[in-house]
Amino acid sequence: MALTNEIIRTKLIEKFGEELTSWEEPYGMLSFTSDKNLNLKVLQFLYDDNTLQFRFLTDLCAVHYPDNTGKELAVVYHLHNLRENVRLRYKIFTPIAKPDVFSATALYSAANWMERETYDFFGVNFVGHPNLKRILNIEEMEYFPLRKEYPLEDQKRTDKDNEMFGREGITPAFV
Amino acid sequence: MARPVQYNIINKPLEKPISIVSSPEGYEGQGYFSSRLSDIVGLARKNSIWPLPFATSCCGIEFMALMASHYDLARFGSERVSFTPRQCDLLMVIGTIAKKMAPVVKQVYLQMAEPRWVLAMGACASSGGIFDTYSVLQGIDQVIPVDVYVPGCPPRPEAVIDGILRVQELVGHEDLRRRHSDKYKELMETYGIQ
Repeated sequence: MALTNEIIRTKLIEKFGEELTSWEEPYGMLSFTSDKNLNLKVLQFLYDDNTLQFRFLTDLCAVHYPDNTGKELAVVYHLHNLRENVRLRYKIFTPIAKPDVFSATALYSAANWMERETYDFFGVNFVGHPNLKRILNIEEMEYFPLRKEYPLEDQKRTDKDNEMFGREGITPAFV
Repeated sequence: MARPVQYNIINKPLEKPISIVSSPEGYEGQGYFSSRLSDIVGLARKNSIWPLPFATSCCGIEFMALMASHYDLARFGSERVSFTPRQCDLLMVIGTIAKKMAPVVKQVYLQMAEPRWVLAMGACASSGGIFDTYSVLQGIDQVIPVDVYVPGCPPRPEAVIDGILRVQELVGHEDLRRRHSDKYKELMETYGIQ
């Protein structure tokens, strides 16, 4: 019997009840949300359950919603059941002032580098990660570059003006 | 298909079967020739530059075309592309240098023996190019001194040949004492070298 979204949802609600919210199926992919402190329990259940068997962590990333006060950072887990070829998406939200989230490294080894990357770009503090330091950016960097808290480029900046690029006096065709 | 540029359209006969570099200015007589030492050293150096390609991205593809038979950098005495900095004279930085790569570029430069020259090929190496962002070094001259910048995104091989010829000009006319001068030491100190 194929594993449908309906079965997954029933199983999860059976176990966690009202704790899981925001059920959606955009483009047929089941997604849901829970409190951030439940993340390991939910992931462990998805991993261990004999019907569900979500044992592959495809992706782990963060999204910054600056207007979502108190829940600015979303951490998104993409899980894959390789046997049934079914995917799902699981989100948790954390305040940006105290972005502590439990690390999934004990459950999925793949989470190690992905959590470092998420820390590197969004500053999510994964509690229990064995080596939480920057992975892609230079270690001296003092900010988290993918947070939406930086101004757009100043149109009047002069360090990269047209003159330096041999374009002085050339009017673009679309003006 | 041949490109419609001058040397493909106009069939120009070779002036000489083999071109050789003319001798420097000097006094010649029976059995002797006297000239300035710096001219002779410059002549030898400029026609045997060993490049070290530090190719990180798309400009590297143009560099491959430059080294291959069609553009043939070997004509200018630079056929010996070396991949160890200790043997090279010219560091060619070819492509985007991320900030994380900057210490590597600097270390490669430090491993080269004096006299050494640097050519920045393409917009990224020269100024960061289109990558005006937190992760990309805005020009390699923030970490090492650069002698010649070749603009373009990517520059055509002809442009790089022109850049190499300009490096040759610098090499050929360099004062033998330049690397010991206070001005040079000052320049190095601005980059925190020595």
